[in-house]
Amino acid sequence: MQTTYHWLAGFAQSAGLLYFVGVFLGVCAYAFWPKNRARFEEAALSPLRED
Amino acid sequence: MTAKASPVRQATVGELIGMLIAAACVLPLIVIAALTENSGYAFHAMLGVVAALVGVVLIANRCFDGSVAVEPQEIGGKPNYNFGPVKFATVAAMFWGIAGFTVGLIIALQLAFPDLNFDLPWTNFGRMRPLHTSAVVFAFGGNVLISTSFYVVQRTCRARLAGVLSPWFVVLGYNLFIVIAGTGYLLGITQSKEYAEPEWYADLWLTIVWVVYLLVFLGTVMKRKEPHIYVANWFYLGFILTIAVLHIGNNVAIPVSILSPKSFGLWSGVQDAMFQWWYGHNAVGFFLTAGFLAIVYYFVPKRAERPIYSYRLSIIHFWALIFIYIWAGPHHLHYTALPDWAQTLGMTFSIMLWMPSWGGMINGIMTLSGAWDRLRTDPVLRMMVVSLAFYGMSTFEGPLMSIKAVNGLSHYTDWTIGHVHSGALGWVAYISFGAIYCLVPWLWNRKQLYSLKLVSWHFWVSTLGIVLYISAMWVSGILQGLMWRAYTSLGFLEYSFIETVAAMHPFYVIRAMGGALFLIGALIMAFNLWMTVRSESVAAMPRSDETQAPLAAAV
Repeated sequence: MQTTYHWLAGFAQSAGLLYFVGVFLGVCAYAFWPKNRARFEEAALSPLRED
Repeated sequence: MTAKASPVRQATVGELIGMLIAAACVLPLIVIAALTENSGYAFHAMLGVVAALVGVVLIANRCFDGSVAVEPQEIGGKPNYNFGPVKFATVAAMFWGIAGFTVGLIIALQLAFPDLNFDLPWTNFGRMRPLHTSAVVFAFGGNVLISTSFYVVQRTCRARLAGVLSPWFVVLGYNLFIVIAGTGYLLGITQSKEYAEPEWYADLWLTIVWVVYLLVFLGTVMKRKEPHIYVANWFYLGFILTIAVLHIGNNVAIPVSILSPKSFGLWSGVQDAMFQWWYGHNAVGFFLTAGFLAIVYYFVPKRAERPIYSYRLSIIHFWALIFIYIWAGPHHLHYTALPDWAQTLGMTFSIMLWMPSWGGMINGIMTLSGAWDRLRTDPVLRMMVVSLAFYGMSTFEGPLMSIKAVNGLSHYTDWTIGHVHSGALGWVAYISFGAIYCLVPWLWNRKQLYSLKLVSWHFWVSTLGIVLYISAMWVSGILQGLMWRAYTSLGFLEYSFIETVAAMHPFYVIRAMGGALFLIGALIMAFNLWMTVRSESVAAMPRSDETQAPLAAAV
């Protein structure tokens, strides 16, 4: 019981931290990837275009 | 409505299935109403019977009133938008908003003058308070979210709403849930969980409605003509999906019998408390935040006529917000039986939330950069920008209050009520008002609002109300917290509980005055919108399909 708890807590604290930092870096890379710039600028203007 | 040639047509398969399901509900519900010993439950069963019969009639009537079996997706190369359900939800939002603010004023007055409870069970503060919270959060806020999400998803995807009957089912079914929930509280039917008071049968009904809502939304996104899914839709999707998970998770319960409104939850003890506040805080995070941020990302750029300040920031805002918010719930259970590490985890994530929240606020406000003069000339835009300022303020205050040392003073006091209302009135209601002020002329094809001057009056009257409300609650809450923890030199508590109650009386009166001003503002708004719809200044460029909405035209 004790060991399971400690193993789980340790796993959550280390892997959880890495997972969240990884996700955050991934999102930042996606948002700031130079190739995506034109696509996002186009998307930002899309609600303003009337149909 | 003008008489049109109305050829009678055969019902489609979907219409037949809809009528059959509704009709099949009638007899079992009558049997339940006849056999149950709980009169409130019998009333709800009969309400269900009426709703089912109305459903059958509404669907059947489609075959006689000349409505087409399936509306064309496009007319003349332009998307044939479905605005009927949007109009209904917008009107419902205004109706429930005023009802909810009125009940809020009544319970504020009850706190100041307890005689107003009238010694009746139905008007008791304990039953009226959940009626107020559900009316403003789920009835007003929920209808705003459904109407704006159905509007925004169509316009930004340039596609007609998916489904024929299902959008109407979502809007009408959701409002039926509101009626069941609200009347249930007054009749004493509740499972006593904050923001999740409705009993098992209402929860099951909402689950069905919500899943259809998700499918309609997803179906519309999937048939989009735009290559990119605009960020507002990401926020709406995050809101709909998470609320489905939260609602089911917190309401797993076994009813005593099908003839009883009472049920028992599957979770018990501290797990139940944790589940409840995981749900409760994410009702704030995803219902009252993510959904309304979607409104910001569409309506603020639209009204300011400029693109969002940074689209890339909006992407980071979205992912950071949803990944962090889901962990913040334990801060509602500081110094309880919840394990210490879980409390600390909730506190840490709450503090981290400050960053994405302020990122979003800055993104919204900076959209006006280069057009700041619009704040002076356009009271609707001013309302939306002030709502973002309130968002920034309450998302700074929230993390502060989640710190254990601060929470030790603030928890269980009126400070919490003040914090909730700076978010609810200043942020959620103001962005909703701004969106409705934009939507009504667009939906009813009017050139502009009846009067911008009245919008200005609404703004200033209700802002004064908010300031009175939140400053009274701050003072009263901190006073209350300090009085509770005051000791004499001999180590006894300095004040009895009733002394702390008496000390808060003046602030309760000020709070009620603030609430009254806020309600007056909403009444000014309703009048302005009514006159807008009644006015005959049809927009030069038609923005909606007037003829598509026979039901809402009657409203």
